[in-house]
Amino acid sequence: MLKIENLHVAVGDKPILKGLTLDVPAGEVHAIMGPNGAGKSTLGYAVAGRPGYEATEGSVSWKGEDLLGLEPAERAAKGVFLSFQYPIEIPGVPALTFVRTALNAQKRARGEEEVSAPAFLKLVKAASAALKMDFDMLKRPLNVGFSGGEKKRMEILQMALLEPSLLILDETDSGLDIDALRIVSEGVNALRSPDRAMLVITHYQRLLDYIKPDRVHVLAGGRIVASGGPELALQLEAEGYDKYLPVAA
Amino acid sequence: MAAVQKTIDAVAALEKYEHGFTSDIETEYAPKGLSADIVRFISEKKGEPAWMLEWRLAAYERWLAMEEPTWASVKYTPIDYQDLFYYAAPKEKAGLKSLDEVDPEILAIYAKLGIPLKEQEVLAGVEGAARYAVDAVFDSVSVVTTFKAELAKVGVIFMPISEALREHPELVRKYLGSVVPISDNYFAALNSAVFSDGSFVYIPPGVKCPMELSTYFRINASNTGQFERTLIIADKGSYCSYLEGCTAPMRDENQLHAAVVELVALDDAEIKYSTVQNWYPGDAEGKGGIYNFVTKRADCRGDRSKVSWTQVETGSAVTWKYPSCILKGEESSGEFYSIAITNGHQQADTGTKMIHLGKNSKSRIIAKAVSAGKSDSTYRGLVSVHPKATGMRNFTQCDSLLIGKDCGSHTVPYIEARNGSAQLEHEATTTRLSDDQLFYAQQRGLSQEEAVALLVNGFVRDVMQKLPMEFAVEAQKLVAISLEGSVG
Repeated sequence: MLKIENLHVAVGDKPILKGLTLDVPAGEVHAIMGPNGAGKSTLGYAVAGRPGYEATEGSVSWKGEDLLGLEPAERAAKGVFLSFQYPIEIPGVPALTFVRTALNAQKRARGEEEVSAPAFLKLVKAASAALKMDFDMLKRPLNVGFSGGEKKRMEILQMALLEPSLLILDETDSGLDIDALRIVSEGVNALRSPDRAMLVITHYQRLLDYIKPDRVHVLAGGRIVASGGPELALQLEAEGYDKYLPVAA
Repeated sequence: MAAVQKTIDAVAALEKYEHGFTSDIETEYAPKGLSADIVRFISEKKGEPAWMLEWRLAAYERWLAMEEPTWASVKYTPIDYQDLFYYAAPKEKAGLKSLDEVDPEILAIYAKLGIPLKEQEVLAGVEGAARYAVDAVFDSVSVVTTFKAELAKVGVIFMPISEALREHPELVRKYLGSVVPISDNYFAALNSAVFSDGSFVYIPPGVKCPMELSTYFRINASNTGQFERTLIIADKGSYCSYLEGCTAPMRDENQLHAAVVELVALDDAEIKYSTVQNWYPGDAEGKGGIYNFVTKRADCRGDRSKVSWTQVETGSAVTWKYPSCILKGEESSGEFYSIAITNGHQQADTGTKMIHLGKNSKSRIIAKAVSAGKSDSTYRGLVSVHPKATGMRNFTQCDSLLIGKDCGSHTVPYIEARNGSAQLEHEATTTRLSDDQLFYAQQRGLSQEEAVALLVNGFVRDVMQKLPMEFAVEAQKLVAISLEGSVG
């Protein structure tokens, strides 16, 4: 299970997360909702280990292992995957090369055998077909000139190939039209399993129609201020975040 | 894909400068210092014809009257030209008939460097033996040239230039100095006076050279300058691809390398010349390393002739080098693809000159500079358009990537257009290796060094793809190794 206790994160001098506590048991999908600037993306970065988003207090562990002392790559090898809100362009590095390099780096770190080129191609062909992606696109430099929707699909494709156990999806629905949203959600749902935990960060309830959460949390002012079942998301959709803002202030 | 993987493996597996070992080879030196007598000594050692000695002495006289250039954006301790050896050769019996007669110590060095010198292995299909011809130049002399016989079958001459002076004096005399005259510049004049070896290539009309040709330069002796001379002539309608590689031991003192390369392409001929330069760059404090002061020029004198320079420059303490094309023939074409990587205290001032003289001549320049550490990199380029070069075109793209806060990168493009129909395009970008990109790659499982190697290899990919396959892998590894520790 993902166990976050009293997490404090400051970016520069500015405190963003101020004592966030959250448990996500394996097998469950939890949604994090909240207003702009509440610290949703910071939470994802802090768990993944982005430099500049170090914890000043508190702890984060996954499957009983402390994550905060690890390099980002070590966390990735332990199964942490962050799907970026704005996936980064990597000029000159074909998407296929990038993913295979990443996959084999993780496998080496875990002491597993690397995937050969033909075996990898087979995996990619199956995974890209499921996401209705044009295979030729994967020969192009990663995310360079991709549309917003293509970038998000690319994130989910990487997720499918890297087979992480802790999945953090940061605003995966933004920039997706309704068809793409459905395809991407199916891709995510296909990864649901009893040993995986998912943290779905979103502004809108819409995504949760497709990826059904077990729990919904409201993040405001750097803390979890309310938690509930899926009905909480519907309530937020109807009422907005206003009532949580004074709590945060 | 596999190549990038190898890059990444290499980062983990290799030392910073893996070719830095020294070897104890019994060496014969000329007396230290430079004089007309030393020039005579070298010429006599090589058993050269009288005209060659005169040519050298004329170059020496010119050199005495010249001054070391100071316009490049590089700083270095002045070179004491009287404190150098101008000739160092491993002691050997003359006239080696086969590889078996070469000093096993020297063979061991090349084996350690991964250079295939054993034709038998290659011909027998020994696994991993690359099939390309090699001329191995060790300090001042060529120690072995492979595949000479097989190449001779199609009329291709590939041999040390010292041997060519004896066996094909008419060809050497006709072309030597016809592209880079003895008075061209300070270092070219010095080279003309004292060069001791290098490669000579002649491709007869209509012949497509059946294999890659390469020369592998190794400076071993200390306090010794290496002055090699390469001359490649592609006769009408012929083609060849040539590669040079360079390494040197780690030594505390700076060593001088002043080479001259001349290429001649006649009508419809094409020469592809690639360099993977990995001279010792000096230590972390900037002590030692090679001064790489090289003159490389191609003369596209034939109509529709084509020369393509590709260089991957990762080594040397100071680099001063501008592989150029004189586009004399109508519709002739010149290309310059360059990757210059500097780290530590390295300084590189490199670029090209495209001199458009012929009608409808074309040139293309793609220069990628990657600077890290406290290094400094300058692209210096000239595109010159003669009044007669109607319909010429040039495209220039200079991209710089900075890693860290203490490095510098400069672009100095010169354009001289004296023909109204000239079409010139110039694009330039400077970017910093972004934290976003680094974190993204690390989040997917790459260590910091693997991430840097992958991103930089992406940045230089356009140029890397111009290298022959066999060398692209080595070059990608080099990129990774030379940037180790560049992100703190």
